[in-house]
Amino acid sequence: MTMSETPMKVLVTGASGSLGQAVVAGLIAAGHEVRTLQRRSSAVAGAEDFIGTVTDAEDLTTATAGREAVVHLAAKVSMAGALAEFEAVNVGGTAGILAAARAAGVTRFVQVSSPSVAHSGTSIMGAGTLPADPKRARGAYARTKAQGELLALASDTSDFRVVAVRPHLVWGPGDTQLIARIVERARRGRLPLLNSGACLIDTTYRDNAASAIVAALHRADTAHGHAYVVSNGEPRTVAELMDGICRAAGVTPPRWRVPAAVARAAGGAVEALWSMRPGEDEPPMTRFLAEQLSTAHWFDQRRTREALQWSPAVSIDEGLHRLAASYR
Amino acid sequence: MSGAASLPPAGLPGLDPRYSRLVTVPERGTGAQHTWHVLDNGDALAQLGVEPVGTILCVHGNPTWSYLWRSLLSAATDVVTDAASKHATIGVWRVIAVDQLNMGFSDRTGTTRPLSTRIADLGDLTETLGLAGQVVTFGHDWGGVVSLGWATQHPHLVSGVMALNTAVHQPADASIPALLRLALRPILLKSSTVHTTAFLQSTLALASGLPAPVRAAYLAPYLTADRRQGIGDFVADIPVDQHHESFAALTAVSSGIRDLHVPALFLWGPKDPIFSDRYLVDLLQRMPQADAHRFEGAGHLIAEDVDFAPVALRWLAEAVLTGPPPPVSEPTHEAPALWSNLDKYRDSPKTALVEMAPPGRSAPRHVSWRLLATRVKELAAGLRAHGVQPGDRVSVLVPPGADLTAVLYACLRIGAVVVVADAGLGIGGLSRAVRGAWPDHVIGIDRALVAAKALGWPGQKFSTRRLPAGVARSLGVTASLGELMTAGRTGAPLPQPPSPGDLAAVLFTSGSTGPAKGVAYTHRQLSALSELLATQYDITVGTGLVAGFAPFALLGPALGATSVTPDMDVTSPSTLTAAAVADAAAAVDARIVFASPAALGNVLATADALTVPQRNTLSGVQALLSAGAPLAEPLLARVSQLLPSATIHTPYGMTEGLLLTDITLGGIRDAAKSIPDSGGVCVGVPAASVQIRISALDGAGVASGPPSNQPGVTGEIVAAAPHIKDHYDRLWVTQADSVRDSDDGTRWHRTGDVGHLDSEGRLWVEGRLPHVIVAASGVITPVGPEHRAEQVSGVARAAAVGVGPSGTQQLVLVIELSTRRRRPAMATPRLTADIRAAVGRPVAAVLVVPKLPTDIRHNSKVDRSRLARWATDVLAGGRMRRP
Repeated sequence: MTMSETPMKVLVTGASGSLGQAVVAGLIAAGHEVRTLQRRSSAVAGAEDFIGTVTDAEDLTTATAGREAVVHLAAKVSMAGALAEFEAVNVGGTAGILAAARAAGVTRFVQVSSPSVAHSGTSIMGAGTLPADPKRARGAYARTKAQGELLALASDTSDFRVVAVRPHLVWGPGDTQLIARIVERARRGRLPLLNSGACLIDTTYRDNAASAIVAALHRADTAHGHAYVVSNGEPRTVAELMDGICRAAGVTPPRWRVPAAVARAAGGAVEALWSMRPGEDEPPMTRFLAEQLSTAHWFDQRRTREALQWSPAVSIDEGLHRLAASYR
Repeated sequence: MSGAASLPPAGLPGLDPRYSRLVTVPERGTGAQHTWHVLDNGDALAQLGVEPVGTILCVHGNPTWSYLWRSLLSAATDVVTDAASKHATIGVWRVIAVDQLNMGFSDRTGTTRPLSTRIADLGDLTETLGLAGQVVTFGHDWGGVVSLGWATQHPHLVSGVMALNTAVHQPADASIPALLRLALRPILLKSSTVHTTAFLQSTLALASGLPAPVRAAYLAPYLTADRRQGIGDFVADIPVDQHHESFAALTAVSSGIRDLHVPALFLWGPKDPIFSDRYLVDLLQRMPQADAHRFEGAGHLIAEDVDFAPVALRWLAEAVLTGPPPPVSEPTHEAPALWSNLDKYRDSPKTALVEMAPPGRSAPRHVSWRLLATRVKELAAGLRAHGVQPGDRVSVLVPPGADLTAVLYACLRIGAVVVVADAGLGIGGLSRAVRGAWPDHVIGIDRALVAAKALGWPGQKFSTRRLPAGVARSLGVTASLGELMTAGRTGAPLPQPPSPGDLAAVLFTSGSTGPAKGVAYTHRQLSALSELLATQYDITVGTGLVAGFAPFALLGPALGATSVTPDMDVTSPSTLTAAAVADAAAAVDARIVFASPAALGNVLATADALTVPQRNTLSGVQALLSAGAPLAEPLLARVSQLLPSATIHTPYGMTEGLLLTDITLGGIRDAAKSIPDSGGVCVGVPAASVQIRISALDGAGVASGPPSNQPGVTGEIVAAAPHIKDHYDRLWVTQADSVRDSDDGTRWHRTGDVGHLDSEGRLWVEGRLPHVIVAASGVITPVGPEHRAEQVSGVARAAAVGVGPSGTQQLVLVIELSTRRRRPAMATPRLTADIRAAVGRPVAAVLVVPKLPTDIRHNSKVDRSRLARWATDVLAGGRMRRP
């Protein structure tokens, strides 16, 4: 499928992360010419690295020059931190790259977003892609990402075709976000399961998220103007996911269980303490994480798969095998 | 100005203000002008450019107003724009809902308006409106009387009548309902209806959980005492006796509707303390052509309790616009009447039936054909002498045995309709069933008569045994069976027997799928069942039959068989022991044993206690039938060891079609061998007179395909046979949903089961239609994944359920382990992996429970609906409770 696409000149922002690297590799494999923009090298063979930030207008002008398409991944991803930092990157940075891209004559723009932009803290069971809602989204990250997605989709025109992709809980070998945190906490015995750990959660294996983003770029002509939640479409219970990840990493899976309401209350207190004393590590349990791990959130993938003409190539079981291999 | 008509205030929930208008109407005779507030979708339809097929004229009762009909106005208008409803087939109706004068937002006329005036008022209004074409009236409460009164005076305009809970006649023996009696006490009358909103409030309280804004909307026109005068007048207008000024008008309506030969529909809330089922029965007797649907759980304000508008529109489309279906052609072959053997063998001294443990006796009772025929004849005559008429409903609450057999055949012979509900429903379910059928007579054992008294079951009461006079009086018992037979010994000839097309019985379903439903059978259908049983199992005159399964056993005399009731508590099948079966079989030299699936477990468990002669007797049995629920091969194999000469049959059927297919133990083994992973339970090939077809499921899990016998296609199982039910009793919607008429005139009964046919014509059941899982990858029927999961070591039983919205549901397996777990939990990673591998389809989660919930009646049908709700809650992060 990718072979039939006309090669394009693409800018990828935030390409040094695990997902960004996979996207760049995917684009290069599909024959595109890729430039990257981030604060350090993307370390992907065949990409032209431009070192800079999305909060610097000059960097953006230089980076977008001559580009036909942009994949915007750069974001401040964290579970704690000052709101101003999130706003600067996730809202301000998005507005900046949108303006620069349009000025540069870019025609396709993929905004990499998150399902948390529409997640108000209640269970989601088989819902489709709901509109981003900065007011009801939980936490600074989700709220600012919601604003960023709304900005991007508001810029959509027939000449500047914007697609928003929301991969849900991306994981894979080398991932410093979800996997590394889970494994590290489990190793220290600080990873509790909430309630029975039985809520069903969708996740996305990293390579699937990357191929969905590439597909969104390819399908922008027909899919533009909308957001699409992307996942493996294989919901699993939290307990099973944690168990699988910990086993793959060779650490003991979590055992102790905390009632979700207690965890949410504790999470709130810890979060408040943490924002007064920002430190080297994230708080062990934030309210957002407690909600994520004690409510179901899995999605109806039918519209996504049809619009992007995409389906995940790597199953969860296969992903866990690859994860285990990366720890050996 | 509280007296002049006005438009309702804006913002009443569910009421579209564009339907409201005022109409000024001259009163015939006096010339006085009265302004009415009406809801009318006529202009809305005109704007949409649609010509309605007719008008639905809606009349509210007391103390409501046209607001009651708001959903009908919306639904009738939305038909035009709703692409899904294909208005060409539903039909577009103009709906006019009036506020009666002195009520709602219509004029306060300053004069009281008795019934005759109100009927005339409505006529004045329709004349002003110039109603023409077909009009269907729709009334509620006393608006039912007014609307039916209008219909009797405008027969040339009326093409149908509909009503929600109403009444046109106060039976002489019925006291005025308590609530009204209270309201009618002179001192209370004014204070409850006019000075305060007590009457209003108590009426609104009759709807369960009415939202506050809706309640406020009902109160809106009645905020001050002077605006409530009409409510008080209305209550005072209820004719409590023949001296009342409106008695003549009411009588004119109640007799006039007998001449309204138009389609009629009554939608009923049985929880109505005012207009109880007795008034529905009264209406159905006056309009025998009427359809009715009782919404279990709904009450007096049925319009608020159920979504009645789509039902009404659907009925109009089917009954008024299309007209009744052409009569089904009479069958060329007519099976003999059920009682024909009693006539044929009335002089035979041979044994007709044996009761191993007759009530009040220590030894078995043998009843000859001669005695049975005599008793049936005497009973039949006695029942007639006590006023039991052809078509009367007789609720029979008698355990299987000689008494029950005699009662049933006596009732059938005189054309009374037998109502049979199983005590297994529990007292609550049984009471709902009996009251729903509203019998004219009840024949019961002592316990049943006590319940009848305590729970207010209607009808004349007869006792099975003679009761002391005081007890009989206190239970309202007219006569005992003995007294009935004495009364019948006059030698007077019996009346003409009923026709094959007359109703014979109403049998209640087990209630394993919602409230028990009454299933109505004609004589022809029951005769056809008897004939089919004879053919299928080679039952001839004198065949010995152990009757451990009531529905078939009762047909013993019709089959000419010699049937024996074993010593057991029939309300509890698991009390049947192996020895009791053997002794019963010995008593009639039985060739066939009928047993319920629940009984077989105990028979096997008690097999060790059998003596050598008892074992020898069982060795002589040639066939065993276990009907009611599918049974596992290992259990049947053990039964086969106990009955070594017997062919083990497990027929497939339901209350609506008691025998559809049959399979033997050998057949089950062959099927399993030839198709090892079929994804279903093989229930064999159709019985002799039965046609089985499959209505294929579409991608949304809806059985939409035309009935087909193509092998390998999964869909809803539909069946046609001469012995399938006639209809559901007073459940018009359920009946309409249960049939599929195909172009060749065949009427198919939808079983609600899903399955497929194989290339050898065998039927495989894959689960219940509501349990079908609709995943993004397609439709999954539960039995296949369950069978595969049950292959995993350590798994005793499995249930496959869907979690999430239809179309993107996730498959979840709920497991009962061979070693019982104490509390529910997630399966271990190992078990989860094994089950995923076995099922071979994406499985989101595997949950382990101590015990899979089964419905109480069969103890084998897993309650998947309940499990699905439980799994949905657990997998959404809810507490891990027991399912």
